[in-house]
Amino acid sequence: MSTAAATLRTSATNARRMLPDWVWGAIFVALAILYPYIIQGLPISNPDDLLDASIYTLGLIIMALGLNIVVGFAGLLDLGYVAFYAIGAFVIGWLGSQQFPDVAGGKGIHILTPVKSAFGSDVPGIHVNFFFVIFIAAVFTALWGVILGAPTLRLRGDYLAIVTLAFGEIVPRIFENSTSGIFGIGSTDFSNGRQGITPIDKINFPWTDTTFRYPLELKPVYWVGLGMVLFVIFLNRRLRDSRLGRAWIAVREDEVAAAAMGVNLVRTKLWAYALGAALGGFAGVFLGTYTNTVNVDQFEFGFSVFILSMVIIGGMGNIWGVILGAVALSMINRYVLKELNSVPDTFGLDFDVTSISFGLYGFFMLVMMVLRPEGLLPSSRRKLELHGEVDESDHIGAESDHELYEVRQQG
Amino acid sequence: MEAASIPETPSAQPRRRFGDVLADNILWVLMLIALVIFFAKDPQQTLDDVKTGLSNGLIWALIALGYTLVYGIIELINFAHGEVFMIGSFVSVSIWQTLNITPDSAILPIIGSILIGLIVAMLASSTLNVMIERVAYKPLRTAPRLAPLITAIGMSFILQNVGLLWRPQPDSSPDLIGSQNDYFHVFGVAIEHSDVFAVIVTVPLLVGLLWFVGQTRYGKAMRATAQDPDAARLMGINVDRTISLTFLLGGLLAGAAGMIYALYNGTIQFNQGFTAGLIAFTAAVMGGIGNLKGAVVGGLIIGVIQSISDTHFGQVWTPAVVFAILILIMVFKPSGLFGEETREG
Repeated sequence: MSTAAATLRTSATNARRMLPDWVWGAIFVALAILYPYIIQGLPISNPDDLLDASIYTLGLIIMALGLNIVVGFAGLLDLGYVAFYAIGAFVIGWLGSQQFPDVAGGKGIHILTPVKSAFGSDVPGIHVNFFFVIFIAAVFTALWGVILGAPTLRLRGDYLAIVTLAFGEIVPRIFENSTSGIFGIGSTDFSNGRQGITPIDKINFPWTDTTFRYPLELKPVYWVGLGMVLFVIFLNRRLRDSRLGRAWIAVREDEVAAAAMGVNLVRTKLWAYALGAALGGFAGVFLGTYTNTVNVDQFEFGFSVFILSMVIIGGMGNIWGVILGAVALSMINRYVLKELNSVPDTFGLDFDVTSISFGLYGFFMLVMMVLRPEGLLPSSRRKLELHGEVDESDHIGAESDHELYEVRQQG
Repeated sequence: MEAASIPETPSAQPRRRFGDVLADNILWVLMLIALVIFFAKDPQQTLDDVKTGLSNGLIWALIALGYTLVYGIIELINFAHGEVFMIGSFVSVSIWQTLNITPDSAILPIIGSILIGLIVAMLASSTLNVMIERVAYKPLRTAPRLAPLITAIGMSFILQNVGLLWRPQPDSSPDLIGSQNDYFHVFGVAIEHSDVFAVIVTVPLLVGLLWFVGQTRYGKAMRATAQDPDAARLMGINVDRTISLTFLLGGLLAGAAGMIYALYNGTIQFNQGFTAGLIAFTAAVMGGIGNLKGAVVGGLIIGVIQSISDTHFGQVWTPAVVFAILILIMVFKPSGLFGEETREG
């Protein structure tokens, strides 16, 4: 590490020490809550576009944090995370749309959702309140996480990656082709094929029949998303420092040693899959209702890689790093590239920047891995693993004790 | 003993339990039973499917060899390999388009341009593959195994994007061989031009590769490096150059596969490499990754499974069927159908 960077790091640490951690936390949360108002004061052309991109980003942060449990904490490379997004999104598709018009004799089932449409007619289909669906979906996807995880327990590294990739490819195909029953058995249409399920119910609080009015009014849905993100961050932090979290890290670093120390490998890994998957479903429901459609085209391999690159670029295993990676990549994707599109025009070039977005991700991943395999904000433990003794020498002395301390406290 | 396999297994046979023996053969048995059932249901159709599957499988075999060669030597799944194959297709079609060759051209220019297309596609793909190794994998030789896997995915995305910019829409290849025309009939099965073409181009390449890896000094160096890179280095083998050579061979085969695919299927598109790569990887795993002959047989089997699945379950389900088989093999028989031991298993 160069001297300049070290100085910067020290002064950043000093600045942070000025106030206790909970004050910093409160400041960040307050800023996040006020964010919709803040961006309206910024000199940008269309703050609603930015807020729209930010809401989408909130969903992706949850997914990145979920994948971080599997890849970052437990060290199990998962290339099929999109499957859990798909399952979660389809749960809201089934429980919050008019996909099954015939239930209850066409009158529909309503659980704490508006029974009548704006015109006073019956709304057919199953409609469960969003705040219940997120947890139903989380449990359902967790179950699928275990179903996927169980047979792969013996596999490691590349082989595990390939099996998860295949799983991630199969799940969307099943949804795509389940237009007449699952596997074509039966006659119920589960997915509406390539058209997908749309529209999806808007969010409403259980105690009122008034639904949110996004995409016209974005602030309430932003706050709901933010609430979910804060809940997930809290969950992740508690998990990481729990007995289970320490077991994950032990398994990641040395499976055999962990087993010898009494860590139950099967249970530890299955919990990682289940919790990682649950967060994927959790976010899938949110994105499903926010984008108002559940469509097989959303669930491509590229999406798994997109989430994975957030985890890697941010810094595997570090919650704040992963959030940083998710915000950076998602905002580049949804906002910056769109804004950059005008740049080639000013040079008189007819060139669509979004058309090379995936190439850019590939490039980021490549450069990141070659130059800084530990990510933007690496967890200290991971950095030691990757750089071994070479970098360790930089830290030995005054810094090293402090770094180890940070793994537990801030990480 | 497999002469042409990477890595060579130690000669000591591990003690085999009954469960292992059953697991060894259950997949074979299941596949044979399925084949017999389908044959009994519709013999003519099944024969036709097997023919289509075998000739299609030759293309997968060529790609699968690239995976298996690379995995055998540096234990890396070269995710960008499917894209190397795609670039091979693009290059050959571009050459025909530039030369302005159509099916109506005279026979000599057609044969000449197919040969030029084949050679240039092979050269382009192999150069690309060697460059990928230099840029994305070589700097990470000592890094944890996750790192090169991720750069491989990154590389694959970059190349896919290159393909997208090159041909945003699916493009058709000139039908130089009249691929759909029947050549002759065997047991009532129409053998098309494309089938004959696939055999004519692929078989010499496969034989050549097996000979190269099994019989030449370079092949010996490759096998030695696959077994133990450090020991190979001590024996005076230039390990870096041997690894580059492996990528070169894989690229050559992928380029040839790309050219055949273009003529065989008639259409090319930027994302063909991703699917083809996964299918070929399944084939490589099926044959036991690192086992060259296994990869060829695996490619043929996957081809047959695909065409039978196309007929009986519909094309929409075929990818799911192939991936399900991939999962089954990975989980129950990670060493592949031939039981070759790998360092992974």
